[in-house]
Amino acid sequence: MADLTTRFLGIESPNPFWLASAPPTDKEYNVRRAFEAGWGGVVWKTLGAEGPPVVNVNGPRYGAIYGADRRLLGLNNIELITDRDLETNLEEMARVKADYPDRALIASIMVPCEEAAWKAILPRVEETNADGIELNFGCPHGMSERGMGSAVGQVPEYIEMVTRWCKQYYDRPVIVKLTPNITDVRKPAEAAKRGGADAVSLINTINSITSVDLDLMAPQPTIDGKGSHGGYCGPAVKPIALSMVSEIARHEATRGLPISGIGGVTTWRDAAEFMVLGAGTVQVCTAVMTYGFRIVEEMCAGLSDWMDEKGYRSTSDFVGQAVPNVTDWKNLNLNYVTKARIDQDLCIKCGRCYAACEDTSHQAIAMTPDRVFEVIDAECVACNLCVDVCPVENCIDMVRMAPGSVDPRTGQVVSDDHADWTTHPNNPMAQAAE
Amino acid sequence: MPAQPQTGPIAGRLPADVLARNFSDLHPPLSAHEARVAADRCYFCHDAPCVTACPTEIDIPLFIREIQAGRPETAAREIFEANILGGMCARVCPTEVLCEGACVREAAEGKPVQIGLLQRHATDSLMARQGHPFTRAPRTGKRIAVVGAGPAGLACAHRLARHGHDVVIFEGAPKPGGLNEYGIAAYKTVDDFAAREAAWIMGIGGIELRHGQWLGRDVTLDALREEYDAVFLGIGLSDVNALGLEGPPLEGTHDAVTFISALRQAEDLSTLPIGRDVVVIGGGMTAIDCAVQAKGLGAETVTLVYRRARERMGASLYEQELAARRGVRLIFEAAPVAVEGEGRLSAVVFERMAEGPDGLASTGERFSLPADQLFRAVGQRLGDANGLEIVHGKVVTQGRGRTGMDKVWAGGDCAGGGDDLTVTAVAQGRDAAEDIHGSLME
Repeated sequence: MADLTTRFLGIESPNPFWLASAPPTDKEYNVRRAFEAGWGGVVWKTLGAEGPPVVNVNGPRYGAIYGADRRLLGLNNIELITDRDLETNLEEMARVKADYPDRALIASIMVPCEEAAWKAILPRVEETNADGIELNFGCPHGMSERGMGSAVGQVPEYIEMVTRWCKQYYDRPVIVKLTPNITDVRKPAEAAKRGGADAVSLINTINSITSVDLDLMAPQPTIDGKGSHGGYCGPAVKPIALSMVSEIARHEATRGLPISGIGGVTTWRDAAEFMVLGAGTVQVCTAVMTYGFRIVEEMCAGLSDWMDEKGYRSTSDFVGQAVPNVTDWKNLNLNYVTKARIDQDLCIKCGRCYAACEDTSHQAIAMTPDRVFEVIDAECVACNLCVDVCPVENCIDMVRMAPGSVDPRTGQVVSDDHADWTTHPNNPMAQAAE
Repeated sequence: MPAQPQTGPIAGRLPADVLARNFSDLHPPLSAHEARVAADRCYFCHDAPCVTACPTEIDIPLFIREIQAGRPETAAREIFEANILGGMCARVCPTEVLCEGACVREAAEGKPVQIGLLQRHATDSLMARQGHPFTRAPRTGKRIAVVGAGPAGLACAHRLARHGHDVVIFEGAPKPGGLNEYGIAAYKTVDDFAAREAAWIMGIGGIELRHGQWLGRDVTLDALREEYDAVFLGIGLSDVNALGLEGPPLEGTHDAVTFISALRQAEDLSTLPIGRDVVVIGGGMTAIDCAVQAKGLGAETVTLVYRRARERMGASLYEQELAARRGVRLIFEAAPVAVEGEGRLSAVVFERMAEGPDGLASTGERFSLPADQLFRAVGQRLGDANGLEIVHGKVVTQGRGRTGMDKVWAGGDCAGGGDDLTVTAVAQGRDAAEDIHGSLME
């Protein structure tokens, strides 16, 4: 059993699985139960400034999209930051941290973009003995209309400014939580780094309308006939999050900046994928909102078994390992030639590969009257669509053509050398061949 | 200690609640939730094998996709477009050898998509919530006689009426539906579905149904050809094959079809007499329907005896297992040779059979089964040929149901080329209607 103990910004937690600042971490009762279930850390539901707390809608606050068998793939929410009194939250945090000193406890904060507001709340948070803070520059709904959340996260200068205040008035690690509702996530990450952030966490939720009620002619969830965009999360956003994490991990100006990965983490594998792309910890929300806290058992067991299998003794052994392999398109090897191969023993003859290739791709699959599906190498461009639509795992593989063999599609001999767009003759910007 | 069950046949062997359970819906309908879960398993195959396996070529992946998308009634319309008896076929089709047998998830996991139940979900939804989904084309002025209101006749009449023709159905029995009404196990089509479906089909309009009209007795083919622009024969197989057993004529021997028909029409199942030790001879669906229902009425032992090996049985494996599960004993490779008894049947004598190089032959070994009731389910045959060419006991047809006789088409069990299934009859009736329409409108 591999040791999952993780050190992130000097904060130790028994595993890299933290709960994200969200409904599951809104109060002591939930957080205690999460820690009992085995979660390594918790980012407490975002605190607001002292005074009357925000209010939430009293109608539905979540909407969902589903895959087959009503498997929840994406969740949309319009819940705001904590609607409980600041004092109550601080007292609870202090009690929980005292009882669970081995777990990470991070305070998420969102107060107006005024130095005084941050200066006021930071000492209060420090008194709870929380391990660090996370600046919520991400929530895209409600609070952003009031100049907070993603409204800050969309302006790198504000990020830098607020981060700097926090570093000035608070001694423990400062994590900046980024919004994906921007064009280039590297810019806010750079700003956070310039402001002195110890880490960034991403992604926060994505602006979304999950569905429309066709009778009411209104977005869902619908509140008295109206709907507002919410923040989208869950398995469906994972690809977006992975890409953004990798961009920050490999960007020259932000390389090495610790990352806490967020976005659709549901199983140990999702977590491992975020971590090899540079995340030191992961934060989970939708998966526990769907299945409850117990999923952390699968995540710990799965990650540990995988680490044993691969010989990793600590999570730091594999964090960032895939970052060097994230590159620009122009660097991809054009001499890497593959062809689809269908395993006839595994094939159940559904013909989805055929329909996909015939209708929307390169007409590279032949179908016999008795439903045998074979790849036509002379047409196959190795697009992978057949692999993607095949319902049977591993039934279709992409097999590399051996160097020296002739690609029947192009008639060219497959070369062992690397050749990419940067040197391709069709590229007007190609570097001149020496 | 309960008393030994009396020999019979006697009525009322079981209390009402047990009878109700024994004859309740074999495959209860899916709830909306179950239907969504089941529909999600469909892969929307290309040129789907299930469609190829369906004699009426219902676009199964499309209708299931419509259920997935929350439109069961749209799905039903898709089904009815191909098969107006889609409701009955959803209940009685041996899906395990048709669509579900061909489902790729049968290959993948041994668990096909529940196509039959999904089809029932869709068709029930539409039939419950809407009137008739189709409208007639403008009237053509052509008049067509359809003989027989079974699946073939109803499908043919509906398609012709849709094309704007006026149709008169000549039916001998008091109710329409044919075998759906009179010849299929009650637990496959509960709540009077056959009659409700027939009435719903007639909802298209332009179809007149005349009862008490047996071909050859009340109406002749020549007269119909004279009076109508075309005639479609969907007359089924009216006669029952005999067994030719040694021994005196005894009380307690019956045709399975008569028993099933009486059961289907009974107001109260507890009034139906059934033996204590029932023997059913045959290997098709009728034999299974008879045996399972005999058990359901309270027979202590029911033994189904088929002369060939299990693999040759006409009834599907599912049906065989259903019978076994319901307590029917199945004996293979044995043929009846004699009945015994004094006035009343007391035993049936069999010989062991074996498949040899010259076909099925007796091994000479005999055994006897005690029996107070014997049902013959060894096939049915065409009655009067009505001057039509007959080969292998069926009316010869070419193309889409054309007989050798001018203006006469035929389909369903009376015609060759089918599997004696409801769904095949529907396909043949529908296709003959299209052919009739094409030839009348030339």
